[in-house]
Amino acid sequence: MAARRNIPVGLLFILCSLTFLIATNTHETTSTSEHPDKAVNLPEKSTETGGQTTEQPAVEERQWEPTEFQEETVNDAAAEKQDATPPETTTTSAGAHPKDDFQEELVIRPLQSGDVYASFQFRTLWETDFMKGNKVSHYRLFPKSLGQVISKFSVRELHISFTQGYWRTMQWGQPFMPSPPGAELWVWFQDSVTDVDGTWKELTNVLSGIFCASLNFIDSTNTVQPSASFKPLGIGNVTDHRFLRYATLPREIVCTENLTPWKKLLPCGSKAGLAVLMKSEKLFHSSFHSQAVHIRPVCQDSECTTTSWELRQTLNVVFDLHTSGQGKREWSLFKMFSRTLTEACPLASSSKIYIDITDNPQGEQFELTPATHLLSQAVVLGDRRTFSVYDLTEANTFGSMRSLNLKTRPKSGGYIHYQPSKDRVRPHLLEMLVQLPPNSVTEVTVQFERALLKWTEYTPDPNHGFYVGSSVISALVPSMVAMDTNNTKERPLFSSFFPCKEESSYFVRIYTEPLLVNLPTPDFSMPYNVICLTCTVVAVGYGSLYNLLTRSFQIEEPNPRLAKRIANVIRRLRGVPPLA
Amino acid sequence: MRGQLAALSIAAVVIIIGVPLWWRTTETYRAWLPVSQIQELANLELQLSADVEVVFARGTVTPEQQKKIPLTLSQDDEHVVDEDTSLRYRYETRYRTATIMEEDALNQPTAAEADLSLHMLSESPCGSLVVYVVPESTSLLPEDVEVYIGQRRTALLRIGTQMRVGRTLDQLLDHLEPRIKKLLQLMSFSHTDITAALSDRVRLSPGNKESIADSMRAFKSSPGYEITFSLLNPDPKSHRLHWDIEGAVQTFIQPLLTKLEPLANFSIDSQILYYAMLGVNPRFDNSHNAYTLNADSLAHVINPVEARLGSNAASSNPVLNFLLYVPDANHSPLYIQDRKKQQVPSNAFHSPRWGGIMVYNVNSFYGPDVAFPVDININMAKVMGVFLAQLRLLLGVQSSTPPPGFLVAPCGSSGLADWELDRLMWSRSVENIATATTTITSLAQLLDQIGNIVINDNIAQQVSSAVTSLQLAVAELESGNLGFALQYSKEAILASERAFFDPSLLHLLYFPDDQKFAIYIPLFLPMCVPILLSLLKIASEVRQRRRDKQTKTD
Repeated sequence: MAARRNIPVGLLFILCSLTFLIATNTHETTSTSEHPDKAVNLPEKSTETGGQTTEQPAVEERQWEPTEFQEETVNDAAAEKQDATPPETTTTSAGAHPKDDFQEELVIRPLQSGDVYASFQFRTLWETDFMKGNKVSHYRLFPKSLGQVISKFSVRELHISFTQGYWRTMQWGQPFMPSPPGAELWVWFQDSVTDVDGTWKELTNVLSGIFCASLNFIDSTNTVQPSASFKPLGIGNVTDHRFLRYATLPREIVCTENLTPWKKLLPCGSKAGLAVLMKSEKLFHSSFHSQAVHIRPVCQDSECTTTSWELRQTLNVVFDLHTSGQGKREWSLFKMFSRTLTEACPLASSSKIYIDITDNPQGEQFELTPATHLLSQAVVLGDRRTFSVYDLTEANTFGSMRSLNLKTRPKSGGYIHYQPSKDRVRPHLLEMLVQLPPNSVTEVTVQFERALLKWTEYTPDPNHGFYVGSSVISALVPSMVAMDTNNTKERPLFSSFFPCKEESSYFVRIYTEPLLVNLPTPDFSMPYNVICLTCTVVAVGYGSLYNLLTRSFQIEEPNPRLAKRIANVIRRLRGVPPLA
Repeated sequence: MRGQLAALSIAAVVIIIGVPLWWRTTETYRAWLPVSQIQELANLELQLSADVEVVFARGTVTPEQQKKIPLTLSQDDEHVVDEDTSLRYRYETRYRTATIMEEDALNQPTAAEADLSLHMLSESPCGSLVVYVVPESTSLLPEDVEVYIGQRRTALLRIGTQMRVGRTLDQLLDHLEPRIKKLLQLMSFSHTDITAALSDRVRLSPGNKESIADSMRAFKSSPGYEITFSLLNPDPKSHRLHWDIEGAVQTFIQPLLTKLEPLANFSIDSQILYYAMLGVNPRFDNSHNAYTLNADSLAHVINPVEARLGSNAASSNPVLNFLLYVPDANHSPLYIQDRKKQQVPSNAFHSPRWGGIMVYNVNSFYGPDVAFPVDININMAKVMGVFLAQLRLLLGVQSSTPPPGFLVAPCGSSGLADWELDRLMWSRSVENIATATTTITSLAQLLDQIGNIVINDNIAQQVSSAVTSLQLAVAELESGNLGFALQYSKEAILASERAFFDPSLLHLLYFPDDQKFAIYIPLFLPMCVPILLSLLKIASEVRQRRRDKQTKTD
């Protein structure tokens, strides 16, 4: 697809992790036992001991007691050390410079197909240092659970996405944040990590607990280390791909249980701000749903004197208004999300809604009610687009607007890196650097053989098929307009995710559909029948051999015929002498 | 004859080669475990030894008596807790008279200063106590105080009035003994503490409610704890809260934790949760012009908040939660009422083995013309005082009320006196030993009952190291080395838990013998029946032949 685009010079990395012949989707039960929540898998100690059992009632019969305390205990300590306690009063708002910052943003773009694309972005910036074993333990806006993960596992960058549905690039254009169907996780570790594989294993287990997803099924058979693609997106030019791990789980199904922990990471939760719109019934009743968490270190200013950590939570939804709606190409926030906005998150330094009106400069295709005079131009994906902006932090936005309505008025290769798989140890990895000529079709084909797996390696539903993860195309595409290379400048969040190195090109990542491969499937009720059958065959063979060896054969006097014997019995009854 | 030989040789091949081969290939690997030593541990006889030094100051004994003072005296106190567990307390008492330096120290104007200078003179080791017997006329203690317990491991004991005249040494010692014993129970270990610590092993008879509540309140012994401070701000639109948690932790909590370091590792973190509501709507009380929370409804307060607190992602240690709740502008002030409908002065409450909550009212800072949002700096000294008290309770530092006539020195900047730490260490060592023995014995029992479980070498190694550490811990307790005993008991608990929760123990748990034989029967039955039949036939023929021979000889 990408090849058909009119790209004069394009560099493409094709990463294709092929796992046809190996058991990607077979999950040993042992892997779950390393789950952090270990108590689930464990037998209870024998009840006689009562050690484990007394704890439960203790929790249920939890007694709340008022706390009594003697003031003097603290006052001693306070008197000694606490001279400089700030007085317990209201202070002027010009206090200390806050070290963390939260922004939220929603972009709505009516697509040509009539669908509506809504993209939420929440960004928490925190001026702190997780590197070099620095112990960070006091959290304000940054979620504690993720902070603990970063400092415990020495993570440099973490990107995780959960996607349901497939992004139709031909109809919808490019997404702001590309992601493959299922779950994708890629992590750059800091170079202080010695046992990267062990850390990766533990990290996936912990993340699966945090996000309620089956990320614990990531093991060496579906983890690769791409050498050319997936460069770090934050600061730092690490090229040693020993510290990179990439894995996808195309089978992963995304649902509300993944959304709830994701929402919990937001400072305002779903109580205020744009996250109010996230009602799971509506979000999952859509053509495409993708939620992601990206953590990376970024520069605070253009000279990069101070670094800060960026947590970006994104949620992309494509609503199909034709099937759900009343046939009219008309939508509103309420119709899409069945909620409306009432306030911005009070913790957010900026809270904005952008509506893409590039295709509608004069308002001949649709009109926005209420109208806004705030316009903004942003360069996104090599294109300069115009947006209407609603700033939720300004009070007058809500003066007129309770719900935002939008109505429409009917009118080739240079570098190849191939890592063959090892059965049940690691998957295939094929990376190609291709230069694509314009107006051409490039095909990459891989031959494979279907093989039988071990019978314990089949999934509970083997006839469904086995997934092969999406191929990934990362490209630097020449831009029509000059890109902004200053990454620290204030820009809308949706246009600032991929860092730009030069003005003339922009970075695009495209994921293909995952493949579903049917493997030969045996009849699983057979093993016991086979055991019985073979045993019977063995027993028959053995029995005849045994007879042959142990019996001695000799000619025997023939027995009197049956008829004769019966006749003799009758004759005896009659008192006639029997036949000879 | 040839047939018989063939049948015999086939039977021999099957028995000599086939059966061992089958046995060997289907056997589960079970490493050797020190079963006999585990059996010994199941029968636990703990002996706790405490060293006590009784120092007579000038003016308490006459010079003749001084010569007759026995050097050492040991007292044993034996308790049988249940059929498998027995306890023995041994107090090794040494008597001596005070040195000149100590006399100088005792001449300080106040008890606290004397305590400090005595500590400067010599530092007594962990688990031991020094009791200074001071004359009745001493100026160190106030009139009505008989015993002064210092911040370290020393106590001052005033000699009674009836001992002033006409006393013999035996009378004096008899007079001192019960009081020293009472002092020891307060400062090192008491039978109730130790039996409470054994609760993992011994099912306690339903005693009085108070003591059970006390023992249930504290967290169970663990090699580490996570302490989480959470600031709940349900109304970020009206309140912009600032708390200097880093400084407060450094000032108030860290000294205590540094002191507790031998017991466990602590890690502290904090977070701010916005829009975190309590689970109960507080009721407006007209008489106080304030909102109130009843003691009965406190149990429901936490549930919605707890979902957002989150567990620690990076460790599996127990978490102590301390929540500071700032009620929203529409529901303030908020006060907690106890069961007698009285306002709780600290406005805080705690839950056993979970943590504590403090409600922090900010409505007094609104001022006459309030413009929301209000910036509020939280007074951390006030908050941390409450949290520190709760932390002490939850960690099991019992502030049991001293008997009349006892004066306990206020704990200093560290928030914990040395003898309190010792007391905690005694009960934690016993608790660890009890837990580890229970774990190890139940593991041995489990492995013994289910023969299918594979016992890998690493499990056997963990079990052995747990058993060794346990034996060492018991021995160290016996010889009175409290620090080492605690160290070994911690190692024992770690090793035993690791062995018990090893995932490899689960593999073949559900593969019972009857199913295994159901699979083998189609092979075994047709093979064994001919062999057995022909063996029977051979046996009967041999018997027949012998009988024939006998009749022939007859």
